[in-house]
Amino acid sequence: MTGRMKAGRRRSPFAIVTMILLAILWTVPTLGLLVTSFRTREDAASTAWWTALFNPFGSGWTMDNYTQVFTNTNLGSTLINSIVVAVPATVLPIMFAAFAAYAFTFIKFRGKEILFILIVALMVVPIQVAFQPMLNLLGPRGLGISGEFVAVWLLHTGFGMPLAIYILRNYMTGLPGSLIESAKIAGASHYQTFWRLVAPLSLPAIAAFATLQFLWVWNDLLIAKLFLGGGSNTTIIVALQNLLGTQGQGAELLTAGAFISMLVPLIVFFSLQNFLVRGMTAGSVKG
Amino acid sequence: MAGGVTAPSRTGEPAPASGAGSPARSRSGSPARPLRILVGVVGLAVTAWVVCTVFLAFAWYPQAFGGSDILIGLLGLVLGIGGAIVFFLFLNMAIEGLPSRLSGGVIPYAFLLPGLSLIGLMLIYPTAQTVIYSFANDRSTQWVGFQNYQRIFASGAFWQALLNNVLWVLVVPAITVAFGLAVAVLADKLSAPGEKTPKAMIFLPMAISFVGASTIWGTLIYAYARPGTAQTGLLNAVVVALGGEPQTWLQISDYRLNSLLMMVILIWLQTGFAMVLLSSAIKAVPEDTVEAGRIDGASEMRIFWQIIFPQVRGTVIAVFITILIVVLKVFDIVYVMTNGRNNTDVIANLFFRKLFTEQKAGEASAVVVVLLILGMPVLIFQVISFKRQEGGR
Repeated sequence: MTGRMKAGRRRSPFAIVTMILLAILWTVPTLGLLVTSFRTREDAASTAWWTALFNPFGSGWTMDNYTQVFTNTNLGSTLINSIVVAVPATVLPIMFAAFAAYAFTFIKFRGKEILFILIVALMVVPIQVAFQPMLNLLGPRGLGISGEFVAVWLLHTGFGMPLAIYILRNYMTGLPGSLIESAKIAGASHYQTFWRLVAPLSLPAIAAFATLQFLWVWNDLLIAKLFLGGGSNTTIIVALQNLLGTQGQGAELLTAGAFISMLVPLIVFFSLQNFLVRGMTAGSVKG
Repeated sequence: MAGGVTAPSRTGEPAPASGAGSPARSRSGSPARPLRILVGVVGLAVTAWVVCTVFLAFAWYPQAFGGSDILIGLLGLVLGIGGAIVFFLFLNMAIEGLPSRLSGGVIPYAFLLPGLSLIGLMLIYPTAQTVIYSFANDRSTQWVGFQNYQRIFASGAFWQALLNNVLWVLVVPAITVAFGLAVAVLADKLSAPGEKTPKAMIFLPMAISFVGASTIWGTLIYAYARPGTAQTGLLNAVVVALGGEPQTWLQISDYRLNSLLMMVILIWLQTGFAMVLLSSAIKAVPEDTVEAGRIDGASEMRIFWQIIFPQVRGTVIAVFITILIVVLKVFDIVYVMTNGRNNTDVIANLFFRKLFTEQKAGEASAVVVVLLILGMPVLIFQVISFKRQEGGR
């Protein structure tokens, strides 16, 4: 992708300068967080974080905030909880959605259009509408699983389903129809076609959805707060929000905690971002 | 016909009147195979039962798993994936046991069944239930008519929150898309390796949670320290350097400044998302159309608005709507930073407060129904544009 440069157009100095400035501007807050998380409490309170950056040898650097976060707060165990919440909640919707997307893409049946329109419509519905009934259903008067990981897996699987079906179907409509047709002629059933052809070919879209869903589940505050509570099963985002509420004492731990909470999604994001872009653009850009 | 991999034999030539009923053999298809149907149905039931039982055991008896979160997570993952595979296997088996004339008609619904059941259970049923709750009292034991709605419409706090929500919706999607488009256009004028790093840097905040972003902006940008002491917040440091007084930014509600400052956080988070989608749309614009404009001597500005923009308008709208949906139910940032104080409340935060702090379930349901109605125009727009897009395929 050498893009337009090949066309013999000159580089635009204005574009170069503006892009560099914007990129720096966009990175400043995150950089500030990283810098502050390594500063001592006294330094962080008495001087601004950028002074440490301009004078790196004159300031006190420390790993204390990180060791403190792991020894004095529950952030370490909530980090594990977040993984236990996010990985199954990311993976579980995929197969259900993939079979549904297959049916929507490759099989003709009655009510197909209306059902898919329902899914498009549900992507707009705010999940808040589900909270009170689901709290009743999963709570002590219902199934009694509220506060446990299972409840959150179930909720994220359900809430993620419309988006998953939508992304996968969009991608599948772009697959070569002749390939599916020839499989049919060769006598393969839909079930076999799904496993041997469509599922492997849809991997980029599956990875795209998985990335989005993982970020969404990991970064979610509401569902974790309501359905896991503040107990031993809580996620790192809820723990961070609680830490944010306690001003003064332990304020220097906040930046280290925030950075720890961002690390896993950042790794996932950057390792899968190419899929993310490909999977998201497959259907939407055509319009 | 359909590859019989697992079924050992074709039993039941004259199909007994069980299962699918019709014993009539279709002229072209295979006959019913009751054994397959039986194995499939029993397998489905057993799989569903085992998975549900173990998943409930995770919740009810976590000690049985040594109280280990990691073990529960791993088992949940394995059982979830394995259960789904086995479930679909038996489902397919049961359907292939049907006479082929029937199975062809049933299979799409079978594929949809698990996914749509989950949607029905977690989205459609609760939505209907919430609408019902909004006409009932706080313990949902008695109908109260429109009383919940009358109460919220009579309170100034509701209108305040609604106004702020409208403001968020008007400001954030438009600015985010404009920034995203501008960055995408600029990036397109850089060399391929040169655009990669700046784009990644602007994309990065997308991975950051609302809570994390609020932590960053609250402690590093909007922080306040008494006049005379070192300002650790960037905004106040700039103000002081310019000779001003440090401000407690998030308490200033004049011109909704505090809300606007919180909107900046969301714009910061979402611009990268807009940029990435718009950038790939711009790259898909055929080069010859742009070249034609250039030969005609059109300015870069003109080329953008008259040649490139019309070709990416579909993506611009799609991105705008996606961000709009996020903004409509904005909650985390407001909840964490101000919790609605100083005139910053939004509908989703009001809902949260009504439901949990004030324990007014009826009014909370009414608030969330209002949020649902606010989303209706977007919903209708989405459905219409989807139908148009399908027509064009």
